[in-house]
Amino acid sequence: MADKRMTADEVVAELSDGMTIGIGGWGSRRKPMALVRAILRSSLTDLTVVSYGGPDVGLLASARRIRRLVFGFVTLDSIPFDPWFGRVRQAGEIAVTEYDEGMLGAGLSAAAQRLPFLPVRAGLGSDVPRLNPELRTVRSPYADGEELLAVPALRLDAALVHLNRADARGNTQYLGPDPYFDELFALAARRCYVSVERVVDTAELTAGGPVQSLLLNRSVVDGVVAAPGGAHFTSAAPDYGRDERFQRHYVESAKDPEAWPAFVDRFLSGDEDHYQAQVAAFAAEEGS
Amino acid sequence: MSDVTRAEVAAVACAELFRGDGEILASPMGLLPALGARLARLTFEPDLLLSDGEAYLLASTPGVGEPVVEGWQPFRKVLDTVVPHGRRHVVMGANQLDRYGNQNISAIGDHARPARQLLGVRGAPGNTVNHRTSYWVPRHSPRVFTERVDVVSGVGHDRARAAGVTRFHDVYRVVTNLAVLDFGGPDRTMRLRSVHPGVTVAEVVRATGFPLDTTDAGETRRPTAEELRLLRAVLDPEARRDREVSS
Repeated sequence: MADKRMTADEVVAELSDGMTIGIGGWGSRRKPMALVRAILRSSLTDLTVVSYGGPDVGLLASARRIRRLVFGFVTLDSIPFDPWFGRVRQAGEIAVTEYDEGMLGAGLSAAAQRLPFLPVRAGLGSDVPRLNPELRTVRSPYADGEELLAVPALRLDAALVHLNRADARGNTQYLGPDPYFDELFALAARRCYVSVERVVDTAELTAGGPVQSLLLNRSVVDGVVAAPGGAHFTSAAPDYGRDERFQRHYVESAKDPEAWPAFVDRFLSGDEDHYQAQVAAFAAEEGS
Repeated sequence: MSDVTRAEVAAVACAELFRGDGEILASPMGLLPALGARLARLTFEPDLLLSDGEAYLLASTPGVGEPVVEGWQPFRKVLDTVVPHGRRHVVMGANQLDRYGNQNISAIGDHARPARQLLGVRGAPGNTVNHRTSYWVPRHSPRVFTERVDVVSGVGHDRARAAGVTRFHDVYRVVTNLAVLDFGGPDRTMRLRSVHPGVTVAEVVRATGFPLDTTDAGETRRPTAEELRLLRAVLDPEARRDREVSS
Protein backbone atom coordinates (compact mmCIF):
# COMPACT_ATOMS: atom_id res chain seq x y z
CA MET A 1 0.00 0.00 0.00
CA ALA A 2 1.64 3.19 -1.16
CA ASP A 3 2.33 5.87 1.42
CA LYS A 4 2.42 9.04 -0.68
CA ARG A 5 3.35 11.47 2.07
CA MET A 6 6.17 13.79 1.11
CA THR A 7 7.41 17.28 1.89
CA ALA A 8 6.75 20.40 -0.16
CA ASP A 9 10.45 20.54 -1.08
CA GLU A 10 10.29 16.92 -2.28
CA VAL A 11 7.33 17.85 -4.51
CA VAL A 12 9.29 20.71 -6.06
CA ALA A 13 12.30 18.41 -6.57
CA GLU A 14 10.09 16.28 -8.84
CA LEU A 15 9.33 19.30 -11.06
CA SER A 16 11.64 20.68 -13.70
CA ASP A 17 12.29 23.94 -15.50
CA GLY A 18 10.00 24.67 -18.42
CA MET A 19 7.12 22.51 -17.17
CA THR A 20 3.46 23.38 -17.55
CA ILE A 21 2.06 23.55 -14.01
CA GLY A 22 -1.61 23.89 -13.11
CA ILE A 23 -2.39 25.61 -9.81
CA GLY A 24 -5.78 24.90 -8.21
CA GLY A 25 -8.04 27.16 -6.15
CA TRP A 26 -9.57 30.35 -7.48
CA GLY A 27 -8.40 33.96 -7.04
CA SER A 28 -7.42 34.34 -3.40
CA ARG A 29 -9.21 31.13 -2.36
CA ARG A 30 -7.70 27.78 -1.34
CA LYS A 31 -4.46 28.27 -3.25
CA PRO A 32 -1.59 25.81 -2.59
CA MET A 33 0.53 28.65 -1.21
CA ALA A 34 2.92 26.42 0.79
CA LEU A 35 3.79 24.62 -2.46
CA VAL A 36 4.19 27.99 -4.20
CA ARG A 37 6.50 29.12 -1.39
CA ALA A 38 8.48 25.90 -1.87
CA ILE A 39 8.91 26.81 -5.57
CA LEU A 40 10.19 30.23 -4.48
CA ARG A 41 12.83 28.49 -2.31
CA SER A 42 13.97 26.40 -5.29
CA SER A 43 15.57 27.44 -8.57
CA LEU A 44 12.60 26.16 -10.60
CA THR A 45 11.89 28.58 -13.45
CA ASP A 46 10.67 29.09 -17.04
CA LEU A 47 7.25 27.74 -16.05
CA THR A 48 4.02 27.83 -17.99
CA VAL A 49 1.42 28.36 -15.26
CA VAL A 50 -2.27 27.57 -15.73
CA SER A 51 -4.37 29.23 -13.04
CA TYR A 52 -7.55 30.97 -12.02
CA GLY A 53 -5.02 33.48 -10.82
CA GLY A 54 -4.52 34.98 -7.41
CA PRO A 55 -1.47 35.65 -5.23
CA ASP A 56 0.03 32.35 -6.46
CA VAL A 57 0.60 34.12 -9.76
CA GLY A 58 1.75 37.31 -8.02
CA LEU A 59 4.40 35.56 -5.90
CA LEU A 60 5.74 33.45 -8.77
CA ALA A 61 5.84 36.59 -10.93
CA SER A 62 7.69 38.50 -8.21
CA ALA A 63 10.50 35.93 -8.40
CA ARG A 64 10.40 35.81 -12.23
CA ARG A 65 9.48 32.11 -12.40
CA ILE A 66 6.72 32.38 -15.00
CA ARG A 67 7.49 32.34 -18.71
CA ARG A 68 3.86 32.10 -19.80
CA LEU A 69 0.61 32.45 -17.89
CA VAL A 70 -2.59 30.77 -19.10
CA PHE A 71 -5.40 32.56 -17.31
CA GLY A 72 -8.85 34.13 -17.34
CA PHE A 73 -8.17 36.63 -14.58
CA VAL A 74 -5.77 37.47 -11.79
CA THR A 75 -7.42 38.92 -8.69
CA LEU A 76 -7.07 38.94 -4.92
CA ASP A 77 -10.90 39.09 -4.59
CA SER A 78 -11.15 41.64 -1.76
CA ILE A 79 -8.45 43.64 -3.60
CA PRO A 80 -9.10 43.68 -7.35
CA PHE A 81 -5.58 43.66 -8.77
CA ASP A 82 -2.34 41.86 -7.89
CA PRO A 83 0.52 44.42 -8.05
CA TRP A 84 3.19 41.92 -9.10
CA PHE A 85 1.12 40.56 -11.97
CA GLY A 86 0.46 44.14 -13.11
CA ARG A 87 4.17 44.98 -12.90
CA VAL A 88 5.43 42.03 -14.95
CA ARG A 89 2.71 42.51 -17.55
CA GLN A 90 3.35 46.22 -17.86
CA ALA A 91 7.07 45.50 -18.23
CA GLY A 92 6.28 42.99 -20.99
CA GLU A 93 8.14 40.33 -19.02
CA ILE A 94 5.75 37.40 -19.38
CA ALA A 95 3.83 35.87 -22.25
CA VAL A 96 0.13 35.28 -21.71
CA THR A 97 -2.59 33.06 -23.06
CA GLU A 98 -5.69 34.96 -21.97
CA TYR A 99 -8.95 33.02 -22.10
CA ASP A 100 -12.49 33.54 -20.93
CA GLU A 101 -12.71 31.77 -17.54
CA GLY A 102 -15.15 29.20 -18.98
CA MET A 103 -12.68 28.46 -21.79
CA LEU A 104 -10.02 27.69 -19.19
CA GLY A 105 -12.39 25.15 -17.61
CA ALA A 106 -13.19 23.67 -21.02
CA GLY A 107 -9.47 23.27 -21.80
CA LEU A 108 -8.91 21.47 -18.49
CA SER A 109 -12.02 19.31 -19.06
CA ALA A 110 -10.75 18.34 -22.51
CA ALA A 111 -7.41 17.28 -21.03
CA ALA A 112 -9.15 15.45 -18.18
CA GLN A 113 -11.25 13.54 -20.72
CA ARG A 114 -8.26 12.95 -23.02
CA LEU A 115 -10.04 14.85 -25.82
CA PRO A 116 -8.17 17.14 -28.24
CA PHE A 117 -10.63 20.01 -27.70
CA LEU A 118 -14.08 20.90 -26.43
CA PRO A 119 -16.47 23.29 -28.18
CA VAL A 120 -17.65 26.41 -26.40
CA ARG A 121 -19.49 29.57 -27.39
CA ALA A 122 -17.49 31.78 -25.00
CA GLY A 123 -14.75 33.73 -26.73
CA LEU A 124 -16.43 34.18 -30.12
CA GLY A 125 -16.71 37.82 -31.12
CA SER A 126 -14.30 38.92 -28.37
CA ASP A 127 -10.58 39.68 -28.72
CA VAL A 128 -9.67 36.26 -27.29
CA PRO A 129 -9.27 34.71 -30.79
CA ARG A 130 -7.28 37.77 -31.98
CA LEU A 131 -4.93 37.51 -29.00
CA ASN A 132 -4.58 33.74 -29.41
CA PRO A 133 -4.30 33.20 -33.18
CA GLU A 134 -3.66 29.48 -32.70
CA LEU A 135 -7.32 29.02 -31.69
CA ARG A 136 -9.56 27.34 -34.26
CA THR A 137 -13.30 27.02 -34.59
CA VAL A 138 -15.35 23.90 -35.23
CA ARG A 139 -18.70 23.67 -37.01
CA SER A 140 -21.54 21.54 -35.71
CA PRO A 141 -22.16 18.59 -38.09
CA TYR A 142 -25.86 18.74 -37.17
CA ALA A 143 -28.69 20.74 -38.70
CA ASP A 144 -27.96 23.91 -36.68
CA GLY A 145 -24.47 24.19 -38.25
CA GLU A 146 -23.36 26.44 -35.38
CA GLU A 147 -19.73 27.51 -35.41
CA LEU A 148 -18.05 27.24 -32.02
CA LEU A 149 -14.62 27.80 -30.55
CA ALA A 150 -12.58 24.57 -30.26
CA VAL A 151 -10.73 25.08 -26.97
CA PRO A 152 -7.58 22.93 -27.10
CA ALA A 153 -6.87 20.54 -24.22
CA LEU A 154 -4.80 22.17 -21.48
CA ARG A 155 -2.51 19.24 -20.67
CA LEU A 156 -0.43 19.77 -17.55
CA ASP A 157 2.87 18.25 -16.52
CA ALA A 158 1.87 18.68 -12.90
CA ALA A 159 -1.03 19.98 -10.83
CA LEU A 160 -0.64 21.58 -7.41
CA VAL A 161 -3.79 21.80 -5.30
CA HIS A 162 -4.57 22.44 -1.64
CA LEU A 163 -7.53 20.81 0.11
CA ASN A 164 -8.66 20.30 3.68
CA ARG A 165 -7.95 16.62 4.39
CA ALA A 166 -6.33 13.59 2.82
CA ASP A 167 -5.21 10.16 3.87
CA ALA A 168 -1.66 8.97 3.25
CA ARG A 169 -2.76 7.12 0.11
CA GLY A 170 -4.08 10.25 -1.60
CA ASN A 171 -7.84 10.18 -1.04
CA THR A 172 -8.55 13.88 -0.72
CA GLN A 173 -11.43 15.91 0.70
CA TYR A 174 -12.66 19.50 0.53
CA LEU A 175 -14.82 20.69 3.42
CA GLY A 176 -15.70 24.20 2.25
CA PRO A 177 -18.60 25.21 0.00
CA ASP A 178 -16.73 25.10 -3.33
CA PRO A 179 -14.46 22.47 -4.90
CA TYR A 180 -13.31 25.09 -7.44
CA PHE A 181 -11.67 23.32 -10.42
CA ASP A 182 -9.23 21.18 -8.43
CA GLU A 183 -10.56 17.90 -9.78
CA LEU A 184 -10.06 19.07 -13.36
CA PHE A 185 -6.52 20.27 -12.59
CA ALA A 186 -5.76 16.85 -11.06
CA LEU A 187 -7.18 14.91 -14.01
CA ALA A 188 -5.54 17.16 -16.61
CA ALA A 189 -2.08 16.56 -15.15
CA ARG A 190 0.46 13.76 -15.54
CA ARG A 191 1.33 14.15 -11.86
CA CYS A 192 -0.87 15.62 -9.15
CA TYR A 193 0.40 16.83 -5.79
CA VAL A 194 -2.00 17.78 -3.01
CA SER A 195 -1.22 19.67 0.13
CA VAL A 196 -3.76 19.47 2.93
CA GLU A 197 -4.42 21.02 6.29
CA ARG A 198 -4.31 17.60 7.92
CA VAL A 199 -3.43 14.06 6.91
CA VAL A 200 -5.81 11.68 8.69
CA ASP A 201 -6.53 7.98 8.49
CA THR A 202 -9.05 6.81 5.92
CA ALA A 203 -11.87 6.11 8.38
CA GLU A 204 -11.51 9.56 9.91
CA LEU A 205 -11.50 11.06 6.41
CA THR A 206 -14.79 9.50 5.36
CA ALA A 207 -16.36 10.30 8.73
CA GLY A 208 -15.28 13.95 8.39
CA GLY A 209 -17.75 14.96 5.71
CA PRO A 210 -20.38 13.71 3.27
CA VAL A 211 -19.16 11.26 0.65
CA GLN A 212 -19.53 14.00 -2.00
CA SER A 213 -16.72 15.92 -0.26
CA LEU A 214 -14.19 13.23 -1.29
CA LEU A 215 -13.12 15.10 -4.40
CA LEU A 216 -10.04 13.14 -5.51
CA ASN A 217 -9.50 9.43 -5.18
CA ARG A 218 -6.01 8.07 -4.68
CA SER A 219 -5.60 6.91 -8.31
CA VAL A 220 -5.06 10.51 -9.45
CA VAL A 221 -2.87 11.69 -6.57
CA ASP A 222 0.90 11.18 -6.63
CA GLY A 223 1.98 13.05 -3.52
CA VAL A 224 0.38 14.18 -0.25
CA VAL A 225 1.91 17.04 1.73
CA ALA A 226 0.80 17.82 5.29
CA ALA A 227 0.72 21.63 5.27
CA PRO A 228 -1.29 23.21 8.09
CA GLY A 229 -1.92 26.83 7.10
CA GLY A 230 -0.79 25.77 3.63
CA ALA A 231 -3.28 28.02 1.83
CA HIS A 232 -2.34 31.12 3.85
CA PHE A 233 -2.99 34.00 3.10
CA THR A 234 -5.81 32.76 0.89
CA SER A 235 -8.91 31.15 2.41
CA ALA A 236 -9.32 27.46 3.23
CA ALA A 237 -12.87 27.31 4.58
CA PRO A 238 -13.90 25.94 7.00
CA ASP A 239 -10.39 25.64 8.49
CA TYR A 240 -9.77 29.38 8.13
CA GLY A 241 -10.80 32.42 6.13
CA ARG A 242 -8.60 34.73 4.11
CA ASP A 243 -6.03 36.67 6.16
CA GLU A 244 -7.17 40.08 4.89
CA ARG A 245 -4.67 42.02 6.98
CA PHE A 246 -1.77 39.99 5.70
CA GLN A 247 -3.06 40.19 2.13
CA ARG A 248 -3.15 43.99 2.47
CA HIS A 249 0.39 43.89 3.80
CA TYR A 250 1.43 41.80 0.77
CA VAL A 251 -0.21 44.29 -1.60
CA GLU A 252 1.31 47.35 0.08
CA SER A 253 4.74 45.73 0.06
CA ALA A 254 4.37 44.61 -3.56
CA LYS A 255 3.31 48.09 -4.68
CA ASP A 256 6.42 49.69 -3.23
CA PRO A 257 9.79 48.53 -4.63
CA GLU A 258 11.46 49.88 -1.48
CA ALA A 259 9.24 47.83 0.81
CA TRP A 260 9.34 44.53 -1.09
CA PRO A 261 12.82 43.33 0.02
CA ALA A 262 11.73 43.61 3.66
CA PHE A 263 8.66 41.45 2.92
CA VAL A 264 10.85 38.86 1.22
CA ASP A 265 13.39 38.95 4.06
CA ARG A 266 10.82 38.48 6.73
CA PHE A 267 8.42 36.00 5.16
CA LEU A 268 9.99 34.29 2.16
CA SER A 269 13.62 33.76 3.10
CA GLY A 270 13.21 30.80 5.43
CA ASP A 271 11.33 27.50 5.37
CA GLU A 272 7.56 27.01 5.81
CA ASP A 273 7.86 26.84 9.63
CA HIS A 274 9.68 30.17 9.56
CA TYR A 275 6.91 31.64 7.36
CA GLN A 276 4.16 30.40 9.68
CA ALA A 277 6.00 31.73 12.75
CA GLN A 278 6.44 35.15 11.14
CA VAL A 279 2.77 35.18 10.10
CA ALA A 280 1.77 34.46 13.72
CA ALA A 281 4.07 37.23 14.92
CA PHE A 282 2.65 39.63 12.32
CA ALA A 283 -0.90 38.81 13.48
CA ALA A 284 0.08 39.45 17.10
CA GLU A 285 1.68 42.82 16.22
CA GLU A 286 -1.30 43.90 14.16
CA GLY A 287 -3.76 42.70 16.77
CA SER A 288 -2.14 44.70 19.55
CA MET B 1 -39.08 63.95 -2.36
CA SER B 2 -36.36 66.48 -3.04
CA ASP B 3 -33.78 64.92 -0.75
CA VAL B 4 -33.33 61.86 -2.94
CA THR B 5 -29.63 61.31 -3.64
CA ARG B 6 -28.02 60.50 -6.97
CA ALA B 7 -26.91 57.13 -5.56
CA GLU B 8 -30.52 56.30 -4.73
CA VAL B 9 -31.65 57.14 -8.25
CA ALA B 10 -28.83 54.99 -9.63
CA ALA B 11 -29.75 52.07 -7.35
CA VAL B 12 -33.34 52.18 -8.59
CA ALA B 13 -32.14 52.44 -12.20
CA CYS B 14 -30.08 49.30 -11.54
CA ALA B 15 -33.17 47.60 -10.09
CA GLU B 16 -35.08 48.51 -13.27
CA LEU B 17 -32.53 46.50 -15.30
CA PHE B 18 -34.10 43.35 -13.89
CA ARG B 19 -37.75 44.28 -14.52
CA GLY B 20 -39.45 41.44 -16.37
CA ASP B 21 -36.56 38.99 -15.85
CA GLY B 22 -38.68 36.54 -13.84
CA GLU B 23 -37.10 33.38 -12.46
CA ILE B 24 -33.48 33.79 -13.58
CA LEU B 25 -30.18 34.35 -11.79
CA ALA B 26 -29.35 38.01 -11.21
CA SER B 27 -25.55 38.41 -11.08
CA PRO B 28 -24.73 41.96 -10.05
CA MET B 29 -21.02 42.83 -9.84
CA GLY B 30 -20.38 45.75 -7.51
CA LEU B 31 -22.34 47.58 -4.86
CA LEU B 32 -24.93 49.59 -6.80
CA PRO B 33 -25.94 46.70 -9.09
CA ALA B 34 -26.19 44.49 -5.98
CA LEU B 35 -28.44 47.01 -4.25
CA GLY B 36 -30.48 47.20 -7.46
CA ALA B 37 -30.94 43.45 -7.73
CA ARG B 38 -31.94 43.17 -4.06
CA LEU B 39 -34.35 46.05 -4.42
CA ALA B 40 -35.90 44.47 -7.51
CA ARG B 41 -36.35 41.16 -5.68
CA LEU B 42 -37.94 42.85 -2.67
CA THR B 43 -40.38 44.77 -4.87
CA PHE B 44 -41.32 43.92 -8.44
CA GLU B 45 -39.20 40.81 -9.27
CA PRO B 46 -39.67 38.40 -6.34
CA ASP B 47 -38.68 35.30 -8.35
CA LEU B 48 -35.11 36.42 -9.13
CA LEU B 49 -32.34 34.11 -7.89
CA LEU B 50 -29.45 35.69 -6.00
CA SER B 51 -26.16 34.19 -4.87
CA ASP B 52 -24.03 35.19 -1.91
CA GLY B 53 -21.15 35.85 -4.31
CA GLU B 54 -19.64 32.52 -3.32
CA ALA B 55 -21.20 29.09 -3.60
CA TYR B 56 -24.71 29.56 -2.21
CA LEU B 57 -28.03 30.68 -3.67
CA LEU B 58 -29.93 32.64 -1.06
CA ALA B 59 -33.66 32.33 -0.46
CA SER B 60 -33.42 35.36 1.80
CA THR B 61 -32.33 38.66 0.28
CA PRO B 62 -28.81 39.59 1.49
CA GLY B 63 -29.11 42.22 4.21
CA VAL B 64 -32.60 41.13 5.18
CA GLY B 65 -32.89 38.81 8.17
CA GLU B 66 -31.08 35.54 8.73
CA PRO B 67 -29.45 34.03 5.61
CA VAL B 68 -31.52 31.14 4.21
CA VAL B 69 -29.79 29.04 1.56
CA GLU B 70 -31.90 27.65 -1.28
CA GLY B 71 -29.25 26.15 -3.52
CA TRP B 72 -25.63 25.32 -4.34
CA GLN B 73 -23.80 27.13 -7.09
CA PRO B 74 -20.02 26.64 -7.02
CA PHE B 75 -17.92 28.40 -9.66
CA ARG B 76 -17.59 25.30 -11.83
CA LYS B 77 -21.36 24.99 -12.07
CA VAL B 78 -21.59 28.66 -13.07
CA LEU B 79 -19.17 28.17 -15.95
CA ASP B 80 -20.31 24.67 -17.03
CA THR B 81 -24.05 25.23 -17.01
CA VAL B 82 -25.40 28.47 -15.56
CA VAL B 83 -23.72 30.75 -18.13
CA PRO B 84 -24.13 28.52 -21.22
CA HIS B 85 -27.69 27.61 -20.22
CA GLY B 86 -28.44 31.30 -20.27
CA ARG B 87 -30.98 31.82 -17.49
CA ARG B 88 -28.99 34.72 -16.12
CA HIS B 89 -28.63 38.50 -16.28
CA VAL B 90 -25.19 39.80 -15.34
CA VAL B 91 -24.37 43.43 -14.57
CA MET B 92 -20.63 43.90 -15.00
CA GLY B 93 -18.34 46.87 -14.59
CA ALA B 94 -16.44 48.32 -17.54
CA ASN B 95 -13.09 50.09 -17.75
CA GLN B 96 -13.98 51.01 -21.34
CA LEU B 97 -17.21 50.79 -23.37
CA ASP B 98 -17.75 51.74 -27.01
CA ARG B 99 -20.89 52.79 -28.87
CA TYR B 100 -21.76 49.18 -29.81
CA GLY B 101 -21.35 47.95 -26.23
CA ASN B 102 -17.93 46.36 -26.61
CA GLN B 103 -16.44 46.33 -23.11
CA ASN B 104 -12.91 46.10 -21.78
CA ILE B 105 -11.87 44.84 -18.34
CA SER B 106 -8.64 43.18 -19.50
CA ALA B 107 -5.89 45.73 -20.05
CA ILE B 108 -5.36 49.32 -21.20
CA GLY B 109 -3.05 49.88 -24.15
CA ASP B 110 -1.25 47.29 -26.24
CA HIS B 111 -2.16 43.85 -24.91
CA ALA B 112 1.39 42.51 -25.39
CA ARG B 113 2.71 45.16 -23.00
CA PRO B 114 -0.22 47.01 -21.47
CA ALA B 115 0.05 50.50 -20.03
CA ARG B 116 -2.18 49.15 -17.28
CA GLN B 117 -2.99 45.54 -16.57
CA LEU B 118 -6.57 45.08 -15.33
CA LEU B 119 -8.40 41.88 -14.38
CA GLY B 120 -8.18 39.92 -17.60
CA VAL B 121 -11.23 39.16 -19.75
CA ARG B 122 -12.71 37.10 -16.87
CA GLY B 123 -16.16 35.77 -17.80
CA ALA B 124 -17.06 38.68 -20.07
CA PRO B 125 -16.68 36.83 -23.41
CA GLY B 126 -18.87 33.95 -22.21
CA ASN B 127 -21.45 36.13 -20.48
CA THR B 128 -22.06 38.38 -23.46
CA VAL B 129 -22.61 35.62 -26.03
CA ASN B 130 -24.80 33.51 -23.74
CA HIS B 131 -27.22 35.72 -21.83
CA ARG B 132 -28.42 39.21 -21.07
CA THR B 133 -25.64 41.55 -19.99
CA SER B 134 -25.81 45.10 -18.63
CA TYR B 135 -23.11 47.44 -17.39
CA TRP B 136 -22.69 49.74 -14.42
CA VAL B 137 -20.33 52.72 -14.68
CA PRO B 138 -20.03 54.80 -11.48
CA ARG B 139 -18.11 57.65 -13.17
CA HIS B 140 -19.45 58.47 -16.62
CA SER B 141 -16.52 59.96 -18.57
CA PRO B 142 -14.95 60.00 -22.05
CA ARG B 143 -12.20 57.75 -20.69
CA VAL B 144 -14.75 54.99 -20.15
CA PHE B 145 -17.11 55.82 -23.03
CA THR B 146 -14.50 55.66 -25.74
CA GLU B 147 -14.52 55.44 -29.54
CA ARG B 148 -12.63 52.14 -29.43
CA VAL B 149 -11.88 49.77 -26.55
CA ASP B 150 -8.34 48.42 -26.28
CA VAL B 151 -9.34 44.79 -25.63
CA VAL B 152 -12.82 43.47 -26.45
CA SER B 153 -13.67 41.44 -23.34
CA GLY B 154 -17.46 41.80 -23.47
CA VAL B 155 -18.84 41.46 -27.00
CA GLY B 156 -20.79 44.41 -28.45
CA HIS B 157 -23.52 44.37 -31.09
CA ASP B 158 -21.26 44.94 -34.14
CA ARG B 159 -18.79 42.27 -33.09
CA ALA B 160 -21.55 39.76 -32.26
CA ARG B 161 -23.00 40.30 -35.75
CA ALA B 162 -19.61 39.92 -37.45
CA ALA B 163 -18.84 36.72 -35.54
CA GLY B 164 -22.32 35.24 -36.08
CA VAL B 165 -23.11 34.95 -32.37
CA THR B 166 -26.27 37.05 -32.15
CA ARG B 167 -28.47 34.07 -31.18
CA PHE B 168 -28.14 34.54 -27.42
CA HIS B 169 -26.29 37.85 -27.45
CA ASP B 170 -28.26 40.47 -25.49
CA VAL B 171 -26.20 43.47 -24.38
CA TYR B 172 -29.06 45.33 -22.81
CA ARG B 173 -28.44 48.57 -20.94
CA VAL B 174 -25.85 50.75 -19.25
CA VAL B 175 -26.52 52.56 -15.99
CA THR B 176 -24.12 55.31 -14.91
CA ASN B 177 -23.98 58.02 -12.26
CA LEU B 178 -25.54 60.36 -14.85
CA ALA B 179 -27.90 58.37 -17.02
CA VAL B 180 -29.46 55.20 -18.38
CA LEU B 181 -28.47 54.13 -21.89
CA ASP B 182 -29.45 51.30 -24.23
CA PHE B 183 -28.58 50.15 -27.74
CA GLY B 184 -31.64 51.41 -29.58
CA GLY B 185 -29.68 53.90 -31.70
CA PRO B 186 -29.00 53.47 -35.44
CA ASP B 187 -27.29 50.13 -36.21
CA ARG B 188 -27.72 49.14 -32.52
CA THR B 189 -25.51 51.89 -31.19
CA MET B 190 -25.77 53.45 -27.77
CA ARG B 191 -28.75 55.69 -27.13
CA LEU B 192 -29.54 57.89 -24.19
CA ARG B 193 -32.77 56.66 -22.59
CA SER B 194 -32.90 58.97 -19.61
CA VAL B 195 -30.86 61.40 -17.57
CA HIS B 196 -30.99 61.29 -13.79
CA PRO B 197 -32.86 64.17 -12.11
CA GLY B 198 -30.54 67.19 -12.02
CA VAL B 199 -28.43 66.02 -14.98
CA THR B 200 -28.71 67.63 -18.42
CA VAL B 201 -28.52 65.86 -21.77
CA ALA B 202 -25.61 68.15 -22.71
CA GLU B 203 -23.71 67.02 -19.63
CA VAL B 204 -24.04 63.35 -20.66
CA VAL B 205 -23.05 64.14 -24.25
CA ARG B 206 -19.92 65.93 -22.98
CA ALA B 207 -19.03 62.97 -20.76
CA THR B 208 -19.33 60.50 -23.66
CA GLY B 209 -16.41 60.03 -26.06
CA PHE B 210 -18.58 59.24 -29.10
CA PRO B 211 -21.74 60.71 -30.63
CA LEU B 212 -24.84 59.67 -28.73
CA ASP B 213 -28.41 59.36 -30.01
CA THR B 214 -30.36 61.60 -27.63
CA THR B 215 -33.74 61.48 -29.39
CA ASP B 216 -36.56 60.90 -26.90
CA ALA B 217 -34.29 60.96 -23.83
CA GLY B 218 -36.48 61.28 -20.75
CA GLU B 219 -35.77 61.58 -17.06
CA THR B 220 -34.87 58.57 -14.90
CA ARG B 221 -37.71 57.82 -12.52
CA ARG B 222 -37.37 58.79 -8.88
CA PRO B 223 -37.42 56.12 -6.18
CA THR B 224 -40.77 55.39 -4.55
CA ALA B 225 -41.17 55.91 -0.81
CA GLU B 226 -41.00 52.14 -0.30
CA GLU B 227 -37.80 51.89 -2.37
CA LEU B 228 -36.22 54.67 -0.30
CA ARG B 229 -37.20 52.92 2.91
CA LEU B 230 -35.68 49.63 1.72
CA LEU B 231 -32.46 51.31 0.60
CA ARG B 232 -31.99 53.54 3.62
CA ALA B 233 -33.27 51.38 6.46
CA VAL B 234 -32.80 47.82 5.23
CA LEU B 235 -30.31 47.24 2.41
CA ASP B 236 -27.71 49.95 2.94
CA PRO B 237 -28.19 51.69 6.32
CA GLU B 238 -24.53 52.80 6.33
CA ALA B 239 -25.05 54.56 2.97
CA ARG B 240 -22.09 52.84 1.32
CA ARG B 241 -23.84 53.82 -1.93
CA ASP B 242 -22.84 57.44 -1.39
CA ARG B 243 -19.17 56.49 -1.42
CA GLU B 244 -19.55 55.00 -4.90
CA VAL B 245 -21.79 57.72 -6.36
CA SER B 246 -21.52 61.24 -5.02
CA SER B 247 -24.48 63.59 -5.29
